[in-house]
Amino acid sequence: MSAVVQDSKLYARRKRRNAAAMVLSYIAAGLGFIALFWILGTLVVKGIGGLSFETFTAMTPPPGESGGLLNAIYGSAIQTLMAALVGTPIGILAGTFMAEYGRGTKTATVVRFINDVLLSAPSIVIGLFVYELMVRPMGHFSAWAGSVALAILVIPVVVRTTEDMLLLVPNTLREAASSLGASRWRVINKVCYRAALSGLVTGALLAVARISGETAPLLFTSLNNQFWSTDMNQPMANLPVVIFQFAMSPYQDWQKLAWVGALIITTTVLALNILARSLSSPRSQQG
Amino acid sequence: MENRPSIQIGSAVASPNETRDALHAGYAEKVSIRDVCFYYGQSIALKNISLPLYEKQTTAFIGPSGCGKSTLLRILNRMYDLYPGQRATGEVLLDGENILSPTIDLNLLRYRIGMVFQKPTPFPMSIYDNIAFGIRLYEKVPKSEMDGRVEDALKRTALWDEVKNKVNSSGLGLSGGQQQRLCIARTIAVRPKVILLDEPTSALDPISTAKIEELIYQLKADYSIAIVTHNMQQAARVADFTAFMYLGELVEFGATDMLFTKPKQTKTEEYITGRFG
Amino acid sequence: MELAAQSGTVAPSILRKNSLIDSLMHGLTRSAALLVLLLLGGVIGVLIHGSIPAFEKFGFGFFTTEKWNPVTEIFGAAAPIYGTIVTSIIAMVIGVPISIGIAIFMTELCPRSLKRTLGTGIELLAGIPSIIYGLWGLFVLAPLLQQYVQPALISAAEGIPWLESLFTGPPYGIGVLTAALILSIMVLPYITSVTRDVFETVPPMLKESAYGLGATTWEVVWKVVIPYTRTGIVGGVMLGLGRALGETMAVTFVIGNAHRIATSLIAPGTTISATIANEFTEADGEMYTSALISLGLILFMITFVVLAAARLMLLRLQMKENR
Repeated sequence: MSAVVQDSKLYARRKRRNAAAMVLSYIAAGLGFIALFWILGTLVVKGIGGLSFETFTAMTPPPGESGGLLNAIYGSAIQTLMAALVGTPIGILAGTFMAEYGRGTKTATVVRFINDVLLSAPSIVIGLFVYELMVRPMGHFSAWAGSVALAILVIPVVVRTTEDMLLLVPNTLREAASSLGASRWRVINKVCYRAALSGLVTGALLAVARISGETAPLLFTSLNNQFWSTDMNQPMANLPVVIFQFAMSPYQDWQKLAWVGALIITTTVLALNILARSLSSPRSQQG
Repeated sequence: MENRPSIQIGSAVASPNETRDALHAGYAEKVSIRDVCFYYGQSIALKNISLPLYEKQTTAFIGPSGCGKSTLLRILNRMYDLYPGQRATGEVLLDGENILSPTIDLNLLRYRIGMVFQKPTPFPMSIYDNIAFGIRLYEKVPKSEMDGRVEDALKRTALWDEVKNKVNSSGLGLSGGQQQRLCIARTIAVRPKVILLDEPTSALDPISTAKIEELIYQLKADYSIAIVTHNMQQAARVADFTAFMYLGELVEFGATDMLFTKPKQTKTEEYITGRFG
Repeated sequence: MELAAQSGTVAPSILRKNSLIDSLMHGLTRSAALLVLLLLGGVIGVLIHGSIPAFEKFGFGFFTTEKWNPVTEIFGAAAPIYGTIVTSIIAMVIGVPISIGIAIFMTELCPRSLKRTLGTGIELLAGIPSIIYGLWGLFVLAPLLQQYVQPALISAAEGIPWLESLFTGPPYGIGVLTAALILSIMVLPYITSVTRDVFETVPPMLKESAYGLGATTWEVVWKVVIPYTRTGIVGGVMLGLGRALGETMAVTFVIGNAHRIATSLIAPGTTISATIANEFTEADGEMYTSALISLGLILFMITFVVLAAARLMLLRLQMKENR
């Protein structure tokens, strides 16, 4: 039985092509991971090198002196918090409308598209918007303006995850609650939100993670402040803008602090991301 | 059934259908479905369905997939109202009141007509809260009485012995059969008048199925039950009356033993003898 | 409302409260959803309003003028638009193949034990703020390029007619190429994680049946996995492109902020976002501000067009598949 005549040349060519493609993919993976870990490695080395007790106790210094980042850390924290407090409820309500009350309606479809546009809008454009909306009429930069800009970045992220998570709640669960006589809101509040809880929290955390590293929209909303300030009506320091200014400066001390700030932000963002992931892991879905 | 809140059982309404009255004399009509049609958007899914559900009797809806039996069930508590584009015409009388009327309060209607679904639908909360959920909707019940109601519901579904030490743990941790019995317990805890069961055992193993069927048999003492099933043996085992549906129409309705032994329609005979479906 | 009337003690108060809360929440969620519409409307409206002075003065010439002179108040958007598009295209040319390579590596080649770690790692990297990439680009990549890579490129390209003009001029380290490189690294995690996710959705049976016919790994990837996941890959690439076009901080550090269109890729240039970030707070005079806001509007339009094109493409692909 030698009915099958193998074309050994063809097979050899296929094997060669396969080997070449696999080598290329190894190289691509190698290059990509090297670049990414190089960046992280540099960040850790330079960041830890400049880290000191003073970082968390002293204000940002004038040029040529050493100092800390206390005012910037505080400013970032408070502005991020305010943005989350404003943006998350709005996002959750809007997402609820799209997945529950307004599911399948034209309004929901339009809002979904618009939300995607907003989600992909460059953050610097949002900064311009808030500048024209708040900074220019008020006549000065302010931490409120910064918070509003960040809140506008939070909303589309939360809307998206809220809708997605609520859509994952099986319809039979809604029907089951309705069949006991629960009103629509009762069903949403007591059953759907509960079923989607870890997803909703994940969405909010991811949104906070995203804005805590945002620089562009803060450049011309909350600007910067070299001193300690808790007045939300005044310009306020924040880590990303401080990093930007200090890194672009010619002063060694400032550049060092920029790396320290970068390390702090990255650690925070990674911690938030890891927290969000551990919440949405299958194990915690139970119960 | 003490402390039954408020809801009175209305008097039975005389059926307009003389022959049916003759056939099933002595049974009170709890629900009367009269000339009901159902539409998904433009397409018609049910055509002129008329049949009664008798008080404290079990009625099974059987028929091949897509015959409209589940649709008919979902009309009885107007579950279809959750979805735009679906509508029903005709009349469905519950204790003489037309529940298809637009002025009806849907939440209250559904409170009085319980429903159990194909797959278990425990809410993401504790076993206790699953059962208390429905009670809390319309009643202010002190803790001690609530404990009693929960225990009673769990006992009636034969779950109590299995879960009494973990009523505060999540309902999602139970097995499939236990979850389904929890859902039935949740339904009867609010003391509805009618219970709708939509293929309640289709996702369960034979042992759990037997337990549920046993339960249905016991529940008949207090409730009027409608069950959709694709399993003819199940219909024969649990139902007093059976309705055979085909392509959105009611082909035959009658006492279960009659329908299975002496079907009047050839379509029914073909189906129950397994020649199609 | 007979049903309600019948239910005695249960009925009136609870029912009224329930329906009141329900309609209240319906209204509230609806207004929140409409606020999203309002926000986008507001953004577009404000940007258009702010850019009117510049467009009135320069007209269509705003798009074609390379000159950008705050002193004489002559502004043209050609250089930043050019920079934005060129850096993004180069970033995609480098980033997309590498991302897909990594995704193939992660789904087909790497040992199972490494799979999850790498997958999580890539997704975490997607969350790193872009300013970190900029910082690294400025302090690590740019000096490296200046000292070693660019001189080598310049001498290698010398005498080759077309390449020569791409790599000419003094090696500054910072410039269009550096910005594009940083962008390509920055978009890696986005594109890779989407691509990997969609690769994972290919049913194992589908792959196994191809292997069962004697196909090599590459043939399975090229003829089964990639066609099956085409729409997902396009989505991931478009996500990356959107990021690259709108990215501010990773670029601002290393582009050099020079308002000119140079044929050389190693020459300093600028992008729309970098121009706004660098100049907006210092912009005095209505015309200067207005020109920068016009740039913002243009950037917004570009990203919108990319998003819309991606949507359309996905829709087309889906329709083709359904047929």
